[in-house]
Amino acid sequence: MEVGIVGYGAYVPRHRIKVEEIAKVWGADAPSYKRGLMLREKSVPAPDQDTITMSVEAGRHAIHRADVDPAEIGAIYIGSESHPYAVKPSGTVVAEALGATPDIHCADFEFACKAGSEGMFVALSMVKAGQMDYALGIGADTSQGAPGDALEYSASAGAAAFLFGRKDLVAVCEETHSFMTDTPDFWRREYQFYPRHAGRFTGEPAYFKHITGCARALLEKSNTKPEDFRWAVFHQPNGKFPMKVGQGLGFTKDQLEQGWLSPTLGNTYSGSSPMGLAAILDVAQPGDRIFMVSYGSGAGSDGFIWRVTDRISSVQPQAPHTRAQLEDRPIYIDYGTYAKFRGKIRKLGE
Amino acid sequence: MIGSARYWREVPQRYRYEAAKCVKCGEVFFPPRLVCNGCGGREFTKQTLEPNGSVETFTIIQVAPTGFEDQAPYAVGVIKLDDGVKLTAQIVDCDPESLAVGDRVRLEFRRVQQDGESGILCYGYKFVPVAK
Amino acid sequence: MREVAVIGAGMNRWGELWEKSHREIWTEAALEAIDDAGVDHVEAMYVGCMSGGLFMGQEHLGALLADQLGMGPIPGTRVESACASGGLAFRQAYLAVASGAHDIVLATGLEKMTDVDGGMATYALSTAADQEYECYQGITFPGLYAMMARAHMERYGTTRRQLAEVAVKNHLHGSMNALAQFPMKVTAEQVEGSVMVADPIRILDCSPITDGAAAAVLVPLETAKKMRVDPLIRVAASAHATDRIALHERDDLCWLASTAKAAESAYQQAGVGPTDLSFCEVHDCFTIAEVMVIEALGLVDRGRGGSAAEGGFTALDGRVPVNPSGGLKSKGHPVGATGLAQIREVVHQLRRSCGDRQVKDARLGLTQNMGGTGASTVVHVFERM
Ligand SMILES: [Zn+2]
Repeated sequence: MEVGIVGYGAYVPRHRIKVEEIAKVWGADAPSYKRGLMLREKSVPAPDQDTITMSVEAGRHAIHRADVDPAEIGAIYIGSESHPYAVKPSGTVVAEALGATPDIHCADFEFACKAGSEGMFVALSMVKAGQMDYALGIGADTSQGAPGDALEYSASAGAAAFLFGRKDLVAVCEETHSFMTDTPDFWRREYQFYPRHAGRFTGEPAYFKHITGCARALLEKSNTKPEDFRWAVFHQPNGKFPMKVGQGLGFTKDQLEQGWLSPTLGNTYSGSSPMGLAAILDVAQPGDRIFMVSYGSGAGSDGFIWRVTDRISSVQPQAPHTRAQLEDRPIYIDYGTYAKFRGKIRKLGE
Repeated sequence: MIGSARYWREVPQRYRYEAAKCVKCGEVFFPPRLVCNGCGGREFTKQTLEPNGSVETFTIIQVAPTGFEDQAPYAVGVIKLDDGVKLTAQIVDCDPESLAVGDRVRLEFRRVQQDGESGILCYGYKFVPVAK
Repeated sequence: MREVAVIGAGMNRWGELWEKSHREIWTEAALEAIDDAGVDHVEAMYVGCMSGGLFMGQEHLGALLADQLGMGPIPGTRVESACASGGLAFRQAYLAVASGAHDIVLATGLEKMTDVDGGMATYALSTAADQEYECYQGITFPGLYAMMARAHMERYGTTRRQLAEVAVKNHLHGSMNALAQFPMKVTAEQVEGSVMVADPIRILDCSPITDGAAAAVLVPLETAKKMRVDPLIRVAASAHATDRIALHERDDLCWLASTAKAAESAYQQAGVGPTDLSFCEVHDCFTIAEVMVIEALGLVDRGRGGSAAEGGFTALDGRVPVNPSGGLKSKGHPVGATGLAQIREVVHQLRRSCGDRQVKDARLGLTQNMGGTGASTVVHVFERM
């Protein structure tokens, strides 16, 4: 029995900040950041946007594309490291707004940047197990980088939602694999506002090891080679890493480019590789195969192989495309506005 | 100042834009009510508001009420939805100075306010400009 | 129903009355009205107050203030209709006398607004709008009137300068009123250059935050005649109407339907039309409000309110002087007291005791007091007999 994606959708906030604007404040060398991390600008959530609001918008796009009655959705799993509440689920608000309550299972996931693919993995598995007809998996984040930290140049905001089911699929899931070890490369302790990271340790022993480990196992399990795929997408903590890990695995720039959003989007954390997948589905042709591996610090990767079906062309125009949103009337803000938006500075008396 | 119960009971309207249509005369009420003040009818059917509309009038709030200070200046408008229902809501993701009566906007789900630093987060609808 | 007369009126100096409690403020105005009437008792008392709870943390004002009066355990009733509370308190007193329930009644209005900070005052005032579907979204009262102003400007071509001229006129009138909170004159340039509150409304388009009270004494007309009150001031009409509370629920954002409805009823009761009026005291909580009110009262054609102040039509020496007292704009706006202060002005104008701001040959005066963005309006017409 085939299971897969019946509807998908992404959401990109319209505010942006350029790398130069951040670098200027901290006396950093913008050209070297842009070259080294391959980042030009990033999305910024407005003060009234968070994981919940972006999940609702992405979820609405997914349901609209799927043309499914929201009441038939059996589960909602939202992955994020920036759930607005410390205690109280994001999924309840989102399910309520989508019209999917009350007969629904709900869980919020957290696994650094892997939480979104985790939600997708579990939603897909619930459908595969026959527990329900439809399940919604969402990756969304409004992540924070500490002022002046390297993460401040990349931590951005966005969401992608995928409705999984067994009929009217737009993409069949051909294989999955998960790969995980205990690797403390990035974390945030309770009561801390900003995460900490282990510098260059986040590279080779963390990001590259886990993505490569997951990808190799996935290729082996499915008995495929990189050239069997039309598209590939990897977690995008910056512009450089996904290109490097992809090309290291044998994928070409042509396969990687459509889902490579980070140079102008930044790192949307739990939304990162899911949004890349959404951008690929926006342009994919029937029969195309898509290779996807996420990464979350701590550390682990989820891998998926998707095969696009004939139904894709009819759902693509049903909701805004990911790259179209990325390019739609961006509102550039200065660092002062950014600091206010992100709660880095606050007005007296609040 | 909002409190859980008071916020929660408006969820169908604030999250899902549920309105009530008078069975007798067809007038649509948002929020739903028990008596139609057009015809006195007391029977209604559920109807979801159209998400697109036009700006009928608007203001730019400079002096904001408590809880909204950080957002000022911000635009608030009366928007006439394509189904004829009118709403008051913020118009965001735009330069308020360039707004004009007649601009096309659509509903988006946003955080509207919060009950202080430790209270509940209050979500609902705002409007965003539609690409021309 | 019996005919009713107003035989006394009182009001103290309005402003930021830091040293005075609501008890003192109210009692001063009440005693002035009673002394002005030359009576030694009242049978019942009404007090209009919008939000004793939010402004002062004090409800149960009927009992509290009746006690302050020292006239025994008389019935004391608190009346609320947002900023129209004062007008409505007078109407309840009028109905009590007209119906025969009481023979001498005190109508009062009170608001003590400066004991809370600006944020709390703004919040308290905003409770006159729809909390769930207007205020929840971050709108303020100036914001709601600003939206009405923009709609009026878009449809009728009303200009920013025309709004400023309303403030110029009312401050000019207020400069002749010793009780006004802001008796200074202002220029149109000052209004248009003042701080923006809610575009297009600026701070000098707004009525202020004020502490104050006002009062009037009502008796049957026959009693007033027996008392040889001179001049006799008859309540020629008392009308009250409502509208949808949320601005966005109204069919026409540029039209004050409750004011139009109350005025229609008042004109019918009094057997007069707008052209018969000597002057009006209207609810200019914002400059745009006066523009829209004079249209709804029929003083000018629909859509033509903008040019009235600019052209001198509503000036003290104009065709129909509007707000000779200085209006809410200059006199101040202790919300619950405003309706009674309008009536106090009419009483003094009809007695022709207003000095520099006296309307010539004042014979028929109208008061219009409204709540919120016009969801309630109380209109009274008074005649000098
Ligand atoms: Zn009806």
